[in-house]
Amino acid sequence: MTVVVVGAGPAGLSAARELRRLGVGSVLVADREAAAGGVPRHSFHTGYGLRDRHRVMTGPSYAQALAGAAVAAGAQVRAGTTVTCLDVRPGGPHQVTLTSAAGIETVPAAAVLLATGCRERPRAARLVPGDRPAGVMTTGELQQRVYLSGERLTGRALVVGAEHVSFSAAVTLAHAGAEVVALVTEHERQQSYAAFRLGAAVRWRIPVWTRSTLSRIVGSRIVAGQGAGQEAERGRLAGVEVTRDGTARFVPCETVVFTGDWIPDHELARRAGLGLDPGTRGPAVDTALATSVPGVFAAGNLVHAAETADIAALSGRHAARQIALFLKSGVPRGELDGGFAVPVVVEPPLRWISPNVAGAAAAPPLGRFVLRSGEFRWGARLEARQDGRLLTRSRPVRLIPERPVHLGAGWLDQVDSAGGPVRVVTSR
Amino acid sequence: MTRYRPDRTVADVVIVGAGVVGTAIARTLARYELDLVLLDAAPDVGTGTSKANTAILHTGFDAKPGSLESRLLHRGSALLRAYAAEAGVAVERTGALLVAWTGEQLAALPGIEANARRNGYQGTRALRAGELYAREPALGPGAAGALEIPDESIICPWTTPLAFATEAAGAGVRFELGTEVTGVTSAGGLHELATTRGPRRCRWVVNAAGLGSDVIDAMFGGGGFTITPRRGELIVFDKLARPLLRSILLPVPTARTKGVLVAPTVYGNVLLGPTAQDVTDRSAVATTADGLRSLLAAGQRILPGLAGEEVTSTYAGLRAATEHADYQVYADGGRRYACAGGIRSTGLSASLGIAEHVAGLLDEAGLPLVPRPGPAPAPPAMPYIGEAGTRPYQDAARIAADPAYGEIVCHCERVSRGEIRDALASPVPPADLGGLRRRTRAGNGRCQGFYCGAAVSRLMAGRR
Repeated sequence: MTVVVVGAGPAGLSAARELRRLGVGSVLVADREAAAGGVPRHSFHTGYGLRDRHRVMTGPSYAQALAGAAVAAGAQVRAGTTVTCLDVRPGGPHQVTLTSAAGIETVPAAAVLLATGCRERPRAARLVPGDRPAGVMTTGELQQRVYLSGERLTGRALVVGAEHVSFSAAVTLAHAGAEVVALVTEHERQQSYAAFRLGAAVRWRIPVWTRSTLSRIVGSRIVAGQGAGQEAERGRLAGVEVTRDGTARFVPCETVVFTGDWIPDHELARRAGLGLDPGTRGPAVDTALATSVPGVFAAGNLVHAAETADIAALSGRHAARQIALFLKSGVPRGELDGGFAVPVVVEPPLRWISPNVAGAAAAPPLGRFVLRSGEFRWGARLEARQDGRLLTRSRPVRLIPERPVHLGAGWLDQVDSAGGPVRVVTSR
Repeated sequence: MTRYRPDRTVADVVIVGAGVVGTAIARTLARYELDLVLLDAAPDVGTGTSKANTAILHTGFDAKPGSLESRLLHRGSALLRAYAAEAGVAVERTGALLVAWTGEQLAALPGIEANARRNGYQGTRALRAGELYAREPALGPGAAGALEIPDESIICPWTTPLAFATEAAGAGVRFELGTEVTGVTSAGGLHELATTRGPRRCRWVVNAAGLGSDVIDAMFGGGGFTITPRRGELIVFDKLARPLLRSILLPVPTARTKGVLVAPTVYGNVLLGPTAQDVTDRSAVATTADGLRSLLAAGQRILPGLAGEEVTSTYAGLRAATEHADYQVYADGGRRYACAGGIRSTGLSASLGIAEHVAGLLDEAGLPLVPRPGPAPAPPAMPYIGEAGTRPYQDAARIAADPAYGEIVCHCERVSRGEIRDALASPVPPADLGGLRRRTRAGNGRCQGFYCGAAVSRLMAGRR
């Protein structure tokens, strides 16, 4: 019987390799993109592989290394293959439908690992009003245009966001030939790592406009018969309106990149009827990364959008070990609807926590929970309480929007399986 | 299709405007022995009001009884229903529910039902609140009842004009797109249209210029109406919101407010809108912060579940509203000119009725209509881009015959490389990525190009 891994990014490929290492006979990894590797495939900056491969590589070489390792370990990696349906069956096997140029095939799976990753919210999902010209995109699209298609960009560009990925987008824009005018963030300050930020700022002198929002998109006027190429009809971007303290000003530019604001690609999970976590919006998972359906697991940025690739890879490895245990024991681990399963929820300013179910015997990946805050807070403590009872209180931590903050998992054995949800809050 | 430059030849008829009305007129006139030119300022067919509307195939139940609009809607929607089934235009008969939220609205329903009868529509049915919630369990609290219109349908507004244009192209109609008419001089039985690509001579002109129909009409000495564009902003929700509703949920029009509708789309999304704002700029298709905010607020009252769903896209369209309640359709033999203007928001549903009517008017006005020999051509087989039928990626036999249909390029909409290739090689090919989206859905999905934007652009540029 096969284990099907959906998604050949860092999490899926690392899981596939680990599953084979643990003696799972048949491991099939399906990825809908033309090549395996996931987002690192088109992310040409360095810094990949630090925590999982203990070296620093560029995105494409990291992607290649992970894919190579999975194949070398005996996993079957199929690119250009979309999982068009996941039909979960109580007691298994689950039926996975694969669609590719080779045809449509349904594979019975003893276990399924969803590692479908995450994407950035595009302009429309952020409800940014205005025209709909060409030249407005996400970092994912920008990187593919520049690094996979070899497109060159000219003129001025604006980046929305000032987190790690925003600086990465700025570097990509500069590589492609655009002049980056600024990074725009509604926050008080930027949120990236110092080293990365400094690199981009010193080399290209890119300012960060804080407490500012991109409030309108303005397209160029379309003149009959004068349009050309792929923008013949909708016209090019003329500029954007940036609002700070209630005052709007027009900033001419040819490209706008919306960065960050991650959302997990949960379509397959949701259509299969898996329980979702309201915070992460990915499938709810326990510390074994088991979902609400026995035999279906989820890992990587599908359950924490978005962590760095190496963290996603380690999450995949963790899920693989739990899947191997599940296959051996046959015990449906992490049945969220019954047995020992207590939701872990957060309260503002915290936005989400992952994993988000206490219950499995396993410790979470890397022995800790990962959280996100929606606001900056210096010296806040994280507290976990169940029905008012304090389970743990962290040392003071620094909360930065879109940056990970962690909570140890040593308190899990104090959770009352018959009690209410565990609430994670901040305190002074 | 070659985009012919205006030349020295004299066309029998130039149709100005390649929207759903102009293309419908082109395919209808193409059945006669006529040398036809279809001209539009935009580089593609169906780009104006035709591409940005609520995508509903109306029965005309709520039209003004006795109006031309009522008559052409009644006739046109029946013709289009049959045509769509033959041509592969996605249509779903979801039915509509006029939902009453107040006593005043509930009291208005019998009048609307009586009005529907006067428009020749008999199928309405009153629903009590209990029946309504059984039909639409996700409906927000507080609905008092509804009027059901079982034949209201949703339709693909993009394939419709493309099907008409494809049929017209097959019958020899010449397309002069990206060509704006700037003036006309008429002498000796000929019109000479001044265009942005040079002069174009013809014997007759049919004005189907939509938002520009009053400008063209004035050039021909009309001037009986003025277009005041009415902007409608709309929000498209993620496909995962689709299970929230079964029918089109219509507002009950009252004296004070028009309200917004929530409707499924044939692509499997949920549509919310439109706003209604009179604007002066005929290219003002930008969305506004206020418009989107008011739509979200209204949508969450109608279907509270929408609040938890992602927005896939937002857009605005302009309706060609005039100071008159009815369509402005007439022909003048002396001027060798016909006008199909002021078609506000029912043009898609009425298009084939309008075309048939215009052909009749032209005939009466003296345009010789000699049917071409042989049987009337069958509607073209258009690529089906709806969710209700089988898409190429779901068709094992089709993939086996041509593996390109199994190669999914646009993942959110599951558009294959084969479909994109076919659209680029079609008789009415897209002029840009927007045109490719309307033909295939590529790039229309929730990621808005995060995954496929670069790949689709490569295919459009002729690269793999």
